[in-house]
Amino acid sequence: MTATVSERNVHAELSGVTRIYPGAAGTKPVHALGPVDLEVRRGEFFAVVGPSGCGKSTLLEVLAGLQTPTQGSVTFEGQPVAGEVPDGIGVVFQEDASFPWLTVWDNAAFGLRRGGVEASEVARRVDDALAFMGLKDFARAYPAQLSGGMRQRLCIARTLVLQPRLILLDEPFGALDAQTRLLMGDEVLRLWRRTGATVLLITHALDEAAMLSDRIGAMSARPGRFMDIVETGWPRERDSTIVSEARFGEITGRLWDNLRGESIKSLGYAGMAAE
Amino acid sequence: MNRVGRLRLAVIALAVGALELACRTGLIDHHVLIAPSEMAVALWRLLVSGQANEQILRTFGIIVLAVLIAVVLGFAIGLVIHALPRLRQALDPFFATYYAVPIFIFYPVMISIFGLSSIPIVLIGVATAIVAMIMATLNGLDRIPRVLTKVARVHRMGPVETALRLKLPAAAPHLFTGVKLAVSYGFIAVIASEFILAPAGLGRLISDAYTDFNNPRMYALMLLLVIVATAVNMALHVFDQRWAERRGIGKP
Repeated sequence: MTATVSERNVHAELSGVTRIYPGAAGTKPVHALGPVDLEVRRGEFFAVVGPSGCGKSTLLEVLAGLQTPTQGSVTFEGQPVAGEVPDGIGVVFQEDASFPWLTVWDNAAFGLRRGGVEASEVARRVDDALAFMGLKDFARAYPAQLSGGMRQRLCIARTLVLQPRLILLDEPFGALDAQTRLLMGDEVLRLWRRTGATVLLITHALDEAAMLSDRIGAMSARPGRFMDIVETGWPRERDSTIVSEARFGEITGRLWDNLRGESIKSLGYAGMAAE
Repeated sequence: MNRVGRLRLAVIALAVGALELACRTGLIDHHVLIAPSEMAVALWRLLVSGQANEQILRTFGIIVLAVLIAVVLGFAIGLVIHALPRLRQALDPFFATYYAVPIFIFYPVMISIFGLSSIPIVLIGVATAIVAMIMATLNGLDRIPRVLTKVARVHRMGPVETALRLKLPAAAPHLFTGVKLAVSYGFIAVIASEFILAPAGLGRLISDAYTDFNNPRMYALMLLLVIVATAVNMALHVFDQRWAERRGIGKP
């Protein structure tokens, strides 16, 4: 007998999803993604890695409901995702998406105020989120007065206050330096443990994926498909110190074995790929 | 006041002082230019006498009206053009060459249509200022980060709410640049129109004083215009600076 979605503990699912962008005048359509099948389990930390332009961000946007798949279906908590971002999904983008005209506090409160949440509850959740993300002392500052890492933490806080059950992170640390990325990774792990939310992280950094995730999906060059799903086997209580463990090297090694040829392909170095 | 402010005041004081000295010592002929202190006294007397007050208020009223129309209409037209990329492509060359055409040449046409009222001057003011506002609106809308549109969709915001809550504030600094330019162009267009052809207004008074060799009156009115135009633009500049500082992007 086939197990139901709830029995399989599936939180979000993509079935046979492809995304083809129609070509602009005189150009061919771009087959960006798929077909892709993916089950994201409730409460897990899932990372997607792959070469540049393989459709990682497209996958995230299709899953979030920001893009409609050309073929296939997407579900979140058993309900189809179509046309709009379902309640319960939060997205943090690679680009700085903070609102420069609002203070840190008002940025974080944005979604709650829109939703008509009572002022005392807004204050409680915002203060809590800012404290959690280490931004309490900057509540009255404006985003331009913060570092890049702090601005990303602010965007995470803005998502966090809405208490999403599925958090989608689209290369949120892409613009940060290596040390800050490691520390931000610790922040995200803390966030994941505390909220109990499911997290899907898009990243090009293999070490980041290996450190943060329960499972990692390695994608092929465009059109992106999953070539391998790696189970990391990390305990839930973990932080960036696991980068010194032997298992960490094994995981990143396996990911690179999968991705080296695809990365070369995506860069168009046919000669290197043949070696 | 900070050091920059003090330096700014010192530069003004030095320039005015040098002019005063040059006029008082006869280095500059009194028939050509009167001393700044004389201008100030003449202006004070003119304002107290009330002789020119109606004309002065008329001119500033026209400027305010022209700028308001240019800003509101320019913003609306900018929004429409931004939503229609092909129309924008078609209009781009006209925008690029717009300020190469002296708008004042259309003043006689407008008098023919609307008569010797305030309307032709308002229209000249609007026509001069509006394209700056349209360009600023287009520029502002172009620079709205695309990620904000995604954020709006994540928050399930409709197009109107997205425009009002996210796009407008994001574009606001550029729109304000358009407002500043519209004010400057409004001043120039209205005063120049009055100066050349209008039967009334501050520009006309300056022109009449020039024709009558009434230097104190002419320089008094010019001084008033310089003070008002500078004060308005300085106020806008200070507001802009404080706003930028508040957002952490201005100079401390």
